[in-house]
Amino acid sequence: MTAGYLSLTDRDRDEMLAAIGVSSIDELFEQIPEPVRFARELDVPPALTESELMRYMEQLAAKNSHTGVELSFLGAGIYDHYVPAIVDPILRRGEFLTAYTPYQPEMSQGVLQAIFEYQTAICELTGMDVSNASGYDGFTVAADACFIAKHATGRTKIVLAETLNPQVREVVKTYAPGFGLEVVEVGHDGGVTDPDRIAAAAVDAAAVIFPQPNFFGCLEDAPALAAAARQAGALAVAHVDPTSLGVLEAPGAYGCDMAIGEGQGIGNAQSYGGPHYGFLASRMEYVRRLPGRIVGQTTDLNGERGFVLTLQTREQHIRREKATSNMTTNQTLLALGGLITLAWLGPQGLRELGETCMSLAGYARERIALPPAFDRHTFKEVAFRTPRPAVEVIREARKHGVHPGYALGRDYEGMDDVLLVAVTEKRTPADIDRLAAVLAEVCG
Amino acid sequence: MAGAESYPDDLKYHPEHDWARIDGDEAVLGITWWAQDALGELVHFEAPAVGGSTVKDEPYGEVESVKAVSDVIAPLSGEILEVNEKAIEAPESINDDPYGGGWLVRIRLSDPTELDELLEVEAYQAVVAEQ
Amino acid sequence: MQLIYEKSQEGRRAGRIPTYGLPVPEVPAALARKEPPRLPELAENEIVRHFTNLADRNFGVDTGFYPLGSCTMKYNPRVNERIVSLPGFGNLHPHQEDEGAQGALELMWELQQILAEVAGLPEVTLQPAAGSQGELTGLMLMRAYFADRGEGEQRDTIITADTAHGTNPASVTMAGYKLEKVGTTERGNLDLDDLRAKVNERTAGLMLTNPSTLGLFDEGIAEVADIFHEKGALLYYDGANLNAVVGKSRPGDMGFDIVHYNLHKTFSQPHGGGGPGGGPVAVRGELEPFLPSPQVVRDGVGGGATFRLDRDRPKSIGRVRGFAGPFGVFVRSYAYMRSYGPDLTRMSETAVLNANYLLAGLRDDYELPYDRHCMHEFVLSARGLKHEHGITALDVAKRLMDHDVHPPTIYFPLVVPEALMIEPTETEPKERLDAFIESMKSIAREAAESPEVLKGAPHSRPVQRLDEVKAAREPIVKHAFPERSPIGA
Repeated sequence: MTAGYLSLTDRDRDEMLAAIGVSSIDELFEQIPEPVRFARELDVPPALTESELMRYMEQLAAKNSHTGVELSFLGAGIYDHYVPAIVDPILRRGEFLTAYTPYQPEMSQGVLQAIFEYQTAICELTGMDVSNASGYDGFTVAADACFIAKHATGRTKIVLAETLNPQVREVVKTYAPGFGLEVVEVGHDGGVTDPDRIAAAAVDAAAVIFPQPNFFGCLEDAPALAAAARQAGALAVAHVDPTSLGVLEAPGAYGCDMAIGEGQGIGNAQSYGGPHYGFLASRMEYVRRLPGRIVGQTTDLNGERGFVLTLQTREQHIRREKATSNMTTNQTLLALGGLITLAWLGPQGLRELGETCMSLAGYARERIALPPAFDRHTFKEVAFRTPRPAVEVIREARKHGVHPGYALGRDYEGMDDVLLVAVTEKRTPADIDRLAAVLAEVCG
Repeated sequence: MAGAESYPDDLKYHPEHDWARIDGDEAVLGITWWAQDALGELVHFEAPAVGGSTVKDEPYGEVESVKAVSDVIAPLSGEILEVNEKAIEAPESINDDPYGGGWLVRIRLSDPTELDELLEVEAYQAVVAEQ
Repeated sequence: MQLIYEKSQEGRRAGRIPTYGLPVPEVPAALARKEPPRLPELAENEIVRHFTNLADRNFGVDTGFYPLGSCTMKYNPRVNERIVSLPGFGNLHPHQEDEGAQGALELMWELQQILAEVAGLPEVTLQPAAGSQGELTGLMLMRAYFADRGEGEQRDTIITADTAHGTNPASVTMAGYKLEKVGTTERGNLDLDDLRAKVNERTAGLMLTNPSTLGLFDEGIAEVADIFHEKGALLYYDGANLNAVVGKSRPGDMGFDIVHYNLHKTFSQPHGGGGPGGGPVAVRGELEPFLPSPQVVRDGVGGGATFRLDRDRPKSIGRVRGFAGPFGVFVRSYAYMRSYGPDLTRMSETAVLNANYLLAGLRDDYELPYDRHCMHEFVLSARGLKHEHGITALDVAKRLMDHDVHPPTIYFPLVVPEALMIEPTETEPKERLDAFIESMKSIAREAAESPEVLKGAPHSRPVQRLDEVKAAREPIVKHAFPERSPIGA
């Protein structure tokens, strides 16, 4: 009777049962009342050996059109950025991969110091004072920010720019009823958000959340949006793309109270949407309201520097029903991938990454013979008007081995003819030429 | 670190381990030696706003150690006139001197008849003995 | 050990980014970055050494025994890491058309089928990011279900056990419900009289872990379910301890209406130093319309079947995280299930056998507050050591580190003083269990003979006990860089 990854032999089992003083394993399960005991075998597919499993999984994987077999310009929140070769071997060190949350600091100095370094990196990117150890993804951190803002301001209205990723807005709306929050959305004007409309909506609001760059790829007048929020007494929350923060201003430098975002583009594979890491950073005054774990620096009995989980009374395992969040599991390993990538890039590499994204987006705008939907500065995505529905353009282009982008009509009324094209440093001018040629053919 | 166990006899006590020092129509409030000892080294006092109010038997703030958090229960109702900034900046003062430098808030009493419900030191020490 | 920032030298670098010789468009001055972020500047070999040295200061299941109660620290098969890196999985974009993601959707659909069979409930959402988000999702489902029946206002209270994980009450608050707690009997079961007095038409539901955080199966679970169902309320199963009962007892058969799984506990997603996890939720048919959007569905059967993401869900509670869930976690957990097949039952049987073996080996040296056979974990108390020798559960935990064992969970559940919660999991060989019993016995002896050795433990780790009071009183939560030198200086 060996199965899966079990290691007891028949002899082990007999000796152990004798030590316990029972005659069979079933006897141990007698505490389960007979009517709720499960009597038959589980009806699940048969077991596979490792080589069979690998072969089966390779067959499943082969049914997917990934960004290595299809020239892809999909973005809209998740991007095909390069993940440095050093990331995976480090994340696969068993001491990181197979460790639990570092509640026992003497066993966990490695991951604790790494999280402290990650928190530092996020604060440097965003210009904030404190970062948590990560949130689930770039979507749920927006709901976390709303919860903080509600308790910090005593207000219950949340203002969302409609140019925020639609899934961010959906997640906030899902959480809002339980939090006792009302959500107001502010539409865009020509692809960006008007600060005057934010100022009007922000009256009596707990927070205003706006993106930079926005979901259409356009640069918002983020300093004006933050000022409009703060003048109304609402917290200004910027949802930012970390790959842009070598070239775009840090939210802390233009008065934001919090900066949040999706970390995937820095160090994580696309992986069909997860797992990735969300980041959440704020000014120091909100530190006791942050959800999730925070690592702090201290000293040991000998005065040596060391790191511990700190301010734990915020968290569910101590404060229970009064906690700042129910969060326990987070995304440490993915955030560690982010830290390694940021160290690999350095400040110069991060700036170059942003510059290359912008220059390729500019090149796409020049080469693609479709009118841009918005006349705005962009970062790494450009929205184009298509002469037929964008979903049809996508379907036809894929037949040529090119995925041309995201159909904005999936989320925005009246945008059925808008195609959002994303580039990363992995796309070359020749790739963009090919996209331009395919689009010319399928739109022609 | 905290001094020896003590319960001054000029204070009024609440069974949730809070004390009040009455001065005319005002009172200074804090937590007892027993409470700070049970919590251990305090790291934070979440203070109420000046101008707010306390309601007898209801929490008006929180004190935290590394691994525990506890509501601070108001022994008396009133308007909060002052919060002890030292207890916020240096919460260890609550451990070191719970009846002196570690006081928490000063209030103006809104219902002096509540005083009759508080415990004298002997009665409170009986509460502590049962813990 | 130095921080990576302390090793940084201005002008040094690792990665290089292609420029393609294109002009860089200008960023409007008001939006452009002024001060560059102070990211580390190191050559690549020094980055690798830095993180390798950090790994050396950490301890995982791959390093040694990790009997951390409630967290199910089992072996994480290496083949699963190879599988998740297949380009067809790792490089698949979440907005890929369904037609271009058939392999991923098929895998998710198959995973849903196995999860449904394990829970004894027919419908599954994979979306929640972790167990705690699964809890919140489950409570939102209750809210939507009662609102749909016109009982949304009336049912405002959730009941939890006094032994519950902290996530349960925290989730109750986040979902906008009131909390009521129910007690535990001397045998470790829910107190049925207390329950009957508290369950009424204001009750939305119960959240319960079974086996409980004491590692005991609730012997009155059928009566518990009846008490709630008679009042029209629902039962939520916190799957943190599912590793005890896979193929042995199904939450749906126990009477639960909603179940979350922790894929990182029961189904071997590596914990990664804190995450990621996965928290799928299974429900009875009546609750299916309220599940988050999108849902993975199958059209047709057999070889011609196709799979898609269904977004047309008008009664859905909405979206709880991005996309369709943490796909990489699904890949690993599905691979884990497929390597056991129907023998997943043996997994739970062995987990329970290993736990009872440890319990039998330790019962004479530590107090056992609930003297029953345990399930996959058990709770001991160091209360006796504390009274006799001043040695606490914390001291025992720290001393175990010197035996190259990760300590068990301590001071939880709250109902047991000086608690030590021990969960060996099914993947440990008997020799490891025997060595752990010996370690625990030797620590109990040391408590009497040389308690100062325990008070000073650990003696073999990179740091000694750390000053957590200092960390909380004066939080230092990021590196303090030296002041920037003025430009041109």
